[in-house]
Amino acid sequence: MQQSKDPRQLQDICRRVRRHIVEMITAAKSGHPGGSLSAVEILVTLYFDVMRHDPGNPKWEDRDRFILSKGHGCPVLYSVMAEAGYTPLDKLNTLRRLGSIYQGHPDVRFIPALEASTGSLGEGLSLGLGMALAARLDRRPTRVYVLLGDGESQEGQIWEAAMFGPYHKVDNLVAIVDYNKIQLDGFVKDIMDLEPLAEKWRAFGWHTLEIDGHDIAALQAAFAEAAATKGKPAAIIAHTVKGKGVSFMENNPKYHGVAPTNDEMVRALAEIG
Amino acid sequence: MATKTRFELKPGMATREAFGKALVELGRENANIVVCDADLSKSTYTSLFAKEFPDRFFECGIAEANMVAIGAGLAASGKIPFVSSFSCFVINKGFEQLRVTAAFPHVNLKVVGTHSGVSIGEDGPSQMSIEDLSLACALPGFTVLSPADETATRVLVRAAAGHSGPVFIRTGRAKAPVVYPTDQRFTIGRAVEVVEGGDVTLFATGLLVAEAIRASEMLEAEGVSARVVDLHTIKPLDREAIARAAAETRALVVCEEHLVDSGLGVRVAQVVTETNPCVIEYVGIRNTYAESGTPDGLLQKYGLVAENVADAARRAIARRRG
Repeated sequence: MQQSKDPRQLQDICRRVRRHIVEMITAAKSGHPGGSLSAVEILVTLYFDVMRHDPGNPKWEDRDRFILSKGHGCPVLYSVMAEAGYTPLDKLNTLRRLGSIYQGHPDVRFIPALEASTGSLGEGLSLGLGMALAARLDRRPTRVYVLLGDGESQEGQIWEAAMFGPYHKVDNLVAIVDYNKIQLDGFVKDIMDLEPLAEKWRAFGWHTLEIDGHDIAALQAAFAEAAATKGKPAAIIAHTVKGKGVSFMENNPKYHGVAPTNDEMVRALAEIG
Repeated sequence: MATKTRFELKPGMATREAFGKALVELGRENANIVVCDADLSKSTYTSLFAKEFPDRFFECGIAEANMVAIGAGLAASGKIPFVSSFSCFVINKGFEQLRVTAAFPHVNLKVVGTHSGVSIGEDGPSQMSIEDLSLACALPGFTVLSPADETATRVLVRAAAGHSGPVFIRTGRAKAPVVYPTDQRFTIGRAVEVVEGGDVTLFATGLLVAEAIRASEMLEAEGVSARVVDLHTIKPLDREAIARAAAETRALVVCEEHLVDSGLGVRVAQVVTETNPCVIEYVGIRNTYAESGTPDGLLQKYGLVAENVADAARRAIARRRG
C-alpha cells in the first residue's frame, strides 16, 4: 500500500472506492449506499495518508486504529481496506452473501483486521476510548479514530462517551461525525435535530472542528490539528453530502438503505468515472 | 470429591468484598489488570483497587453502557478489564453492550455484578438483580460464575482473570456463610460436591449453597441422605456431575436466589432431560419482584432458606416414589 499526501492521488483512490461501493451494493441487492458514499474522503484520507498502519501486519501493536461506529456504512470500509491490501478486492461483490468475509455489518470474526464489530449504533466511541486508554497505559503512539453517524448521535451512549473522553483527558482519540444530514426515516432535522451539534461537542469539552468532509486538504489539516491538541480529545464535524458523487443519490433519503438497480449502477459508474 | 469438613457455616465476608480484595491481589501480580466502575466503587469494593492502582482504575460515572464498551475496548487492546457495578445495573443497562461489544467479538472482558438477589435487602426490588444469571447465560461464549463464599470468590475471580474470553461473576451484598476451607480448589465448569449423599441431590449456587447444606443436615436427621453440589459455574454447566446425580439419586432440587423461570434450574433441567431424566424440584423466586426488608427476612419470605430446600427435597423424593 502506497500512502500519499497528494490530494490528487487520494482523489483517485476515492473514485475507485466509490465505484466499489456502487458495484458491491448493487450485487448484494441491499445495503446502505448513501452513508457509504458520504464518508469516502474521510476514510481514504485516514487510511492512505493519516493513519500509521500496515496491511501486511494488521495486529502491529503500535498501529493507529479506526472504528466504523456507523457500521451500516461498511461498504466504504471494506472498499478502503481492500484497496489498502487488507482483504481481496475481487471478492467485494460477495457483500452480504452467506460465507462472505464482507458481512452486512463489520464483524471481526470474518475480518480479523477490523478493530471492532459494529452495527448496533452508539457503541464505537466507547470502544475507541477503551482502546485509547490501553494505548496510553502502554505508552504506545497509537491514535484512535472513530467515525460516527449523525443519526447515530441520537444514541445516549454517544454522550456518555462524550463526557468520559475529556474528563479522562483522552487526547489520542478523534471522533469524526459524518454529518450528511439524513437518516433512515428522513432528514435528521425532521427526525431528531442535533443542532447545535458543534456547540454540543464543545460544551462536552472536545476540541471541535467543523469542515467540509469531502475536502481532502481540509481533512488533512483537521487531523493534524487534532493530533496537535493535548489534554483533550478532538471532534471533527465533517459536513458531507449523503450519496456524494452520484447525482440521483445525493441528498436523497431513499438511498440511505436501498440498493441501486443495474441501470442505476451503470448511470452511477458513468458519473463517478 | 466431597469435602469432609463439618460445616459450621459461620458468618463470613460478603462475596463482593472478597471480589474487591482478590482484585487487588491480581493487580499486584499483573499490570494488565484494569478496572472500571460506575460510581459504586465503595459498594463494589473496587475502591480498594482504585486506591492502590489509580492509573489502572477508570471511573466511568453513572453510565454503565459506556463503561461496558470501554471495558471491551480495553480488552480488545490486550488489557484484562474488570468492569463492575451493582449486578442489576451492569447487566440490564449494559446488556446491549455486553452482547455486541463483548460476546459477539468474544473479547476478554470480565464483568462483576455485586448486590445480586433479594439479599441486598432494604434497598428494594429496583436494585435486586434476579434476572442476571439468565441474561448472562443468554450471551454466546460467556462464562458465568456464581461463588458461594469468600474462598470461592477469591479463587474464581483469579480463575476468571486467567480465562480467555468474557466472564460474568455474580456476587452479593450480604455476609456469606463460610462454606469452604481457605485452601479449597475450584475449576471453572467443574461442580464441587460439598456433601455426599445418595437419596436426593441438592444443587445450589451462591448464598443458597449454605442453605442447601443446612437442609441436608435437617434431612439427615430424618434418615435422608442428601448430596449437596455447588454449581458455582452456571455456564458452562458441569454436565457430568448433573447427569451422574440424576442417575444415582433420581431426585433433584435446584436452589438459586434468582427467578426460577429462567435461571440455574431450567439450565439443569435441560441437561437432565438430555441425559438421565428424573424428578426435579426448584427453589427460587417465582415470577415476582420482591420488596424492602432485612436480607434474612426476605430470604424467608421468598422461600429461599434451608426449610424450603428440605421441603423441596421431600417433595422430590415423594414424586420419585409416586
